[in-house]
Amino acid sequence: MADPVADPTAGLDEVLTRVHREEWARVVATLARRFGDLGVAEDAAAEAFATAVERWRADGVPPNPGAWLTTTAGNKALDRVRRESRRDAKQRQAHMLTDQLSGPPEPTGAVEDERLRLLFTCAHPALAVEARVALTLRMVGGLTVAEIAHAFLVQETTMAQRITRAKTKIKAAGIPWRVPAEEDLPARIDGVLTVLYLVFNEGYLASGADSDPVRAELTGEAIRLTRLVRELLPDDGEAAGLLALMLLIEARRTARVSADGALVPLDQQDRGAWDRALVAEGHALVRERLASGRPPGRYQVLAAINAVHTDAADARDTDWSQVAALYDQLARLDPSPVVALNRAIAVAELDGPQVALAQVDALAAPLDGYHAFHATRADLLRRLGRSPEAREAYDRALGLARNAAETAYLTRRRDELAGPQ
Amino acid sequence: MHYLLTVIGDTDNPADDSAPGAIDAFNDRLKTEGRWVFGGGLTDPRDATVADSRGGEPVFTDGPFVESKEYLAGFWVVTADDLDVALALSADASRACHRKVEVRPFGGVA
Repeated sequence: MADPVADPTAGLDEVLTRVHREEWARVVATLARRFGDLGVAEDAAAEAFATAVERWRADGVPPNPGAWLTTTAGNKALDRVRRESRRDAKQRQAHMLTDQLSGPPEPTGAVEDERLRLLFTCAHPALAVEARVALTLRMVGGLTVAEIAHAFLVQETTMAQRITRAKTKIKAAGIPWRVPAEEDLPARIDGVLTVLYLVFNEGYLASGADSDPVRAELTGEAIRLTRLVRELLPDDGEAAGLLALMLLIEARRTARVSADGALVPLDQQDRGAWDRALVAEGHALVRERLASGRPPGRYQVLAAINAVHTDAADARDTDWSQVAALYDQLARLDPSPVVALNRAIAVAELDGPQVALAQVDALAAPLDGYHAFHATRADLLRRLGRSPEAREAYDRALGLARNAAETAYLTRRRDELAGPQ
Repeated sequence: MHYLLTVIGDTDNPADDSAPGAIDAFNDRLKTEGRWVFGGGLTDPRDATVADSRGGEPVFTDGPFVESKEYLAGFWVVTADDLDVALALSADASRACHRKVEVRPFGGVA
């Protein structure tokens, strides 16, 4: 093994990782616009990064790595288009592209926008939701197909097909390469944020008995991409809200799973183990949104609820009336039974488990197949001393839970119940 | 680009329950905006006949090529710059004819 001090290329791996993280989306986005083809852009970007590994080791890192990569990738793409044009006897098209490329370089502002276009294209509503998630992670996040396949517990060939199919549809169906029109923008931004929230939740509530209960690479990637969206759309309240929400959940990540792999509910977590920097950043974003005076969307209200929780030094200090009021506000934006279920948890703290149980029982019809409904019922029944019914509810929850840490927690709770098994 | 907007009929609910004049108004708009290529409603799928000359001599068979709950009730062919424009048109088309509408790009136009 090489001595890291004597090795002149020591640190190159870190440089490459950092440059890849910072420049991948920009290179893909710039090329996709120039060549009008996401597949060409993706392949050329991957080739350029592979070339960088060899060349930078020999020649050192260039002064502007991003520009070097964009130029190299542009040349690779042009070579490929020329090669294919010769094969297809479409030489004229290649000349056209050459002319385009020899034009003046893009000003930086326009290049920034390219990444926004890339996000909107990858999260286009005409693509299947799984395809939007995969495409966003590949094209904007720069994850490899193998990494994405692993994260979503599917075969690599399946994931590769999903991404290829999506790229083909973008091209064949004429999905446009532009920021949507003003009147469509809120809905389309919501589409982008939905994709990022799905990525985060897949990391946070990882499914699969053999899978890690929290997959930090996915929560981390979701936060990184949401930071990018926030940077590109600084005036969008929901982008700020989603970032705050993710930060306030991520801050509790290590405290949320015990050493033996069981979920630790919020009221039992070691609050000293929370990441104070992430909490502070999340709180600052929530305050910024409150100060804007504009009516909040769903993510902003969810972030505010998490801010109330993370504001309490001890679980007993939680301002439950504030939590309940925020859930009322959320229910007006999103009148779903899941929101009503979460509101009932706050009601249990304010008005007692008996009142909350009546509200939860009223949700049985829409939520019977949802593990959290049975877990909430089980907890309320346990607090009311109704052990046999609680045990039954824990069993129902266990039959539906897919997260390893939740399963461990629910099993322990059930086995702690008094009375006959 | 050219797009086919397919009106999806449903055998459980075959009646035309579009608002009176809504389809005509949509057609007029397509023509005014220069997006109209062709369009029309089709009769009952049971009125269809299938021709098959693959074996040399043509064989004609009564009925649609595939029996299903959903069927092709009508269509538009429109021109649109990109899918976002075609999707906006299809949303209005669905509103006008009060049916589901599928959008599909043409791979080529003769």
